[in-house]
Amino acid sequence: MSLVAEPATRPAADFRVTRSRRSVAWTGAGALVVVVLLALFPYIVYSGTTTILVQAFIVLTLASMWNLLAGYAGLVSVGQQAFVGLGAYFVLILALHGASPFTALPIAAIACGVAAVPLWWLVSRLRSGYFAIATWVLAATIMLFIERFSSIGGGTGLPLPGLSGLGPTLLAAYTYWAALAVTVVALLAVYLLLRSRLGLVLTAIRDDEVAARSSGARVGLARMLVFVVAGIGCGAAGAILAISQLQVQPSAVFDVQWTAEMAFATIIGGLGTIEGPIIGTAVYMLLQQTLASYNAWYLIILGLVAIVVALFARRGLWGLVDSRLSFRLFPVGYWLRNPVGPAGLAAPLTPADGGN
Amino acid sequence: MAWVNAIIQGVLTGGLYALFACGLSLMFGVMKVVNLAHGDLAVIGGYIAVFVITAIHVPVLWSFVIVVPVMALIGYGLQRTLIQGALERGVLTTLIVTLGLSLVIENALLQFFTANSRGIGAGMTLVTGSFTIGSIQLAYLLVTIFVVAVVVLLGLQYFLSRSKYGRLIRATADDREAVQLAGADYRHVFGIAAALAIGTVALGGIAYGMYSVLDPTAGTDTILLFAFAAVVIGGLGSLWGTLLGGVVLGVAQQIGAQINISDEVLAGFIVFLAVLVLRPQGLTSRRTQS
Repeated sequence: MSLVAEPATRPAADFRVTRSRRSVAWTGAGALVVVVLLALFPYIVYSGTTTILVQAFIVLTLASMWNLLAGYAGLVSVGQQAFVGLGAYFVLILALHGASPFTALPIAAIACGVAAVPLWWLVSRLRSGYFAIATWVLAATIMLFIERFSSIGGGTGLPLPGLSGLGPTLLAAYTYWAALAVTVVALLAVYLLLRSRLGLVLTAIRDDEVAARSSGARVGLARMLVFVVAGIGCGAAGAILAISQLQVQPSAVFDVQWTAEMAFATIIGGLGTIEGPIIGTAVYMLLQQTLASYNAWYLIILGLVAIVVALFARRGLWGLVDSRLSFRLFPVGYWLRNPVGPAGLAAPLTPADGGN
Repeated sequence: MAWVNAIIQGVLTGGLYALFACGLSLMFGVMKVVNLAHGDLAVIGGYIAVFVITAIHVPVLWSFVIVVPVMALIGYGLQRTLIQGALERGVLTTLIVTLGLSLVIENALLQFFTANSRGIGAGMTLVTGSFTIGSIQLAYLLVTIFVVAVVVLLGLQYFLSRSKYGRLIRATADDREAVQLAGADYRHVFGIAAALAIGTVALGGIAYGMYSVLDPTAGTDTILLFAFAAVVIGGLGSLWGTLLGGVVLGVAQQIGAQINISDEVLAGFIVFLAVLVLRPQGLTSRRTQS
């Protein structure tokens, strides 16, 4: 997968290529503080707040996965609800066989990753719009197939067993911690993935697929890996959904609305950046919480905002911040530093971290 | 005999699916847009039909005279504004914008017209009646829809091959720059193609309202997914392919329903996936992708 050729003329020796800028240490420490603070939430806030945050964590995990798919691998999937549903159902099946839903969570996530391989084989033949609807049809097919089995609830679903031993406060706290853990792992995984060699290939695909292919990047393999990782992430989010709802209902877990939410949170926040889904999730939760009493209105407004952002602010809200401050919370690109240059001026070396 | 009956019913339902699918295929063929709001626009067409029938007492069968031009205008307007804007920014943007449009339409219908389902022309002989040939029972409605679908496809075929605008549409699909150099505004041509696509799918929406019932989610759950399955099964870029695809989908569903009544939709999708696996080369060629 080697694709970066040595430059013919090397830059002067006092230039230095770096990816960890000074701010990284600060953001790293800051992220740690935020995670520790969030982990303490069940002790400080009412369970109503943690319930809302569990929802936010689910959307954030989903949005990060969708961002990986659409923002980096160029795969616009409208069928990610397939993995949300599969994750929920794997937890249900394991719980029906006596496992604790919390133990079942990681197993369900991995199982979704395994299931993603044959599903990828089915849909990988299609591109762009046709890939989008094919994944959608696939999700609908999986739902119809699962509805055939009455032992796991058929068309109406089943309540999730195995959690009645926990008191409501403890259950809420455990659910919250599990959701937080899934989100932290998902964000960390996306960050490390994008800093790896695969990340370089993905960034190359994002910027110019033909150029990446002709440089020897194994585009198909990279895409498959991303599809599998996104399957694992969405499956974990589905497992959290099952645990937080305490029941699994096919039409709810396989709802295309999950994909709409993850896609629009990503688009509004900024596609192709790690920070985008975080901002987008915040906007989404804000809309949902303020407009919750007006039924469908928050979805109408969410759709309209997504259309406007897609048309007029292609890099999303984070793009607006980024273009002014050139600031990253999660640096995945390379930077050229000239220590003796004017005021230690830093400039992006590759388009690896920029826009499309 | 039940099987022969199922196959004949399936063939006839295929006409309905072809009505759903030909606009999707046309828009992809001409402007490389996969319109994810395609089904929701059909539902809007059906709702407008319900409105003109109940509010201004247009006869059920003539409702299309108002609905189709209105929806064609909406299609033209959408293409010249949202979709054209999205097209200039890339394929991803067209998907996001049409997905957003789909979400907005579906929830707006839910908000303003509730989740209640609406039928069109319930109680009419055409909608409920049937006749028998031998032991095969044929519903007037399905036969009519099939005939309408064939007439629409013939009309589209004639329009695309003989009329001035049809030639322009085909030329634009082949080479947009060349058409522009020759002095035609490709955006107007795109608009006309979208008007045709949305006009025909509105007809599909009315037909679906008679065949079954319309509700806000019918656009994505049924119409869009069936249209897409029909397009892929039949092969891209061919008008008669969409009819073939619709017929194959319809027959698969009816056979599935014969085996187990709840497997109707699943059987159709399984045939779709089988086509994806067995005939992928006929589905999309690499040249049309980039």
